[in-house]
Amino acid sequence: MFAAVMADHPLPDAGVATEWLQAMHLIRRFEERASELYAQGRIGGFLHVSTGEEATIIGSVRALRETDYLVSTYRAHGHTLARGSEPGRVMAELLGRVDGLCRGRAGSTHLFDGARRFMGGYGIVGAHLPLAAGFALAADRLGTQDVTLCQFGDGASNQATFGEALNLAALWSLPVVFMVTNNRFAAADAQDKESSTKDLVKRAKGFGVKALRCDGMDVVQTHDVTAEALAVAREERRPMLVEARTYRFRGHSAADPDEERTAEQLEEWRRRDPLVTFGDRLVKAGILDDERRGWLDRDAIARIDEAVAFAEASPEPDPQTLADDLYAGSGR
Amino acid sequence: MSRTLRYREALNEALREELRRDETVLLMGEDIGVYNGAFKVTEGLLAEFGDQRVRDTPISENTVVGMGVGAAMTGLRPIVEIMTINFSLLALDQIVNQAASIRYMFGGQVQVPLVIRTPQGGGGQLGPTHSHTWESLFLHVPGLHVAVPSTPADAKGLLKTAIRSDDPVVFIEHERLYGQRGEVPDEGEEHLVPFGQAAIRRAGDDVTLIGTSRMALTAWRAADQLAAEHGIQAEVVDPRTLRPLDLDTIVASVRKTNRCVVVEEGWPNGGVGATLAALIQEHAFEWLDAPVVRVTGADVPMPYAKSLERAAVPREADVVRAALSTLRDV
Repeated sequence: MFAAVMADHPLPDAGVATEWLQAMHLIRRFEERASELYAQGRIGGFLHVSTGEEATIIGSVRALRETDYLVSTYRAHGHTLARGSEPGRVMAELLGRVDGLCRGRAGSTHLFDGARRFMGGYGIVGAHLPLAAGFALAADRLGTQDVTLCQFGDGASNQATFGEALNLAALWSLPVVFMVTNNRFAAADAQDKESSTKDLVKRAKGFGVKALRCDGMDVVQTHDVTAEALAVAREERRPMLVEARTYRFRGHSAADPDEERTAEQLEEWRRRDPLVTFGDRLVKAGILDDERRGWLDRDAIARIDEAVAFAEASPEPDPQTLADDLYAGSGR
Repeated sequence: MSRTLRYREALNEALREELRRDETVLLMGEDIGVYNGAFKVTEGLLAEFGDQRVRDTPISENTVVGMGVGAAMTGLRPIVEIMTINFSLLALDQIVNQAASIRYMFGGQVQVPLVIRTPQGGGGQLGPTHSHTWESLFLHVPGLHVAVPSTPADAKGLLKTAIRSDDPVVFIEHERLYGQRGEVPDEGEEHLVPFGQAAIRRAGDDVTLIGTSRMALTAWRAADQLAAEHGIQAEVVDPRTLRPLDLDTIVASVRKTNRCVVVEEGWPNGGVGATLAALIQEHAFEWLDAPVVRVTGADVPMPYAKSLERAAVPREADVVRAALSTLRDV
């Protein structure tokens, strides 16, 4: 069934497909390195990695125009990297350094890269759904064609902001795509313990929002479905929801234990590892050979090495700057 | 030149002028359009500016404020009306965790030019969920501006400043002030009241009375009573904005009078008076001839019955008594 789904969505051009795989490797290697640094105590606070969700991230983000807005959760390293943020500046933020994206104010949980219209990671579950509707409202009022893509997890669908934001976006015909990555775990609870209606497509329909579903482990399908949703939002001026079915390999935060998953479950999902399945597909299609495929991964490792070196060379913020940027014109 | 306007009319004029001046200004709130607002502050604005710029919203305070934050981050200057400040508690996540934090936590990459307009206060027998005073809650939060206008002129001038601010403003009106009349500079005169500039309503040498929101007027009337009945000249200071706070004016007044009473409608613990008393002893301890006295709302949820509600809100007599207590040894 998996192969059949893939066959429905033809590969993009060789260069594009290769870049997608390369970007997925970059995210994977970034998250692995960040987890190591976290385990060593060199990254503080929380660290939420998106290992295993690379296909959802790249598939959806590559469907955006440069001027579209992307907004995400506290699990946002992959999204900002996908948007083109420099890995060194992302890593510097994780290390709490002055060259971090947010000058060390934000940490892993609150990444933001305004120049790339990556509108932030947010630490309060579901808090960014209203913001996304607000970006769409501004785009609409200002007469632009910009669409907002709002990423969140299935856990956020139980916050009131989910229903309120979908209702308002539908009521006001706003160009926003709500994309729920259903990784089957909200924090540490398996989803069927906390949602009376597990079908998010059905829930969205209840608020007047048309919904599509994709296999979030399949980058091509995710791209095509997201692109379709974005086109509807852009052209028909109405919100859409996309549910990407996916899987998270590790615990909720890098500090949490692996919870409630059997060895068989893990083995099953590892077989679906999007880097493996998409890489295999590109080799099979003659787009990549094994040597080039290996180079993509080694190149990702090298870029992350550079990123870590850049981040570690960056100084910690000067305590004198503590009150900078609290208000317009304060400090800096 | 000036003319007499009601507080609500002055606010309406500020909104109208800024909507005309700046295409990016947009209003959102429950019943602000067709119904002209629960307190008629937005009267006629839907007719003039249309439903794209004057938007009635569902009862979803947190999400409507959040949409205001998002729209403010991406080029609009939204004004969200929350029908009463009690409902702003539903939107605290968006106000505190998002609006107030975003410029700072994202390292200055983005700003949130959002105004949240909302009235506070008791006196209408609306009971505990519709009558509270929450200025001290927002005073607590770094990243916010907090305006508490007590006169029609300040209502207009501070609101225009709020709309032009590049940072989020919690603009706190008062339900019992909407009908108050006062002199307001003529239309066509650019009337902007800067933030962080207190007004001295009445000069005096004997005691400083600081009142916020409606209590600025209560303090003012108490001062007249102190002069008429006790021959005491009180200086009345209205901070007008609590964040930023014009501490210089407050401290200068206390250094002159050596005595201070702070009057607020909210609860005593962690209130405006608690903060001001701390600041005054930090900056004018040597000048004080008596402890700073607070006159506050009663430390109970606002009751319904008229007699109880009256007992819960400070009145002129309470302020007079407090002022006299600082002057006992004179």
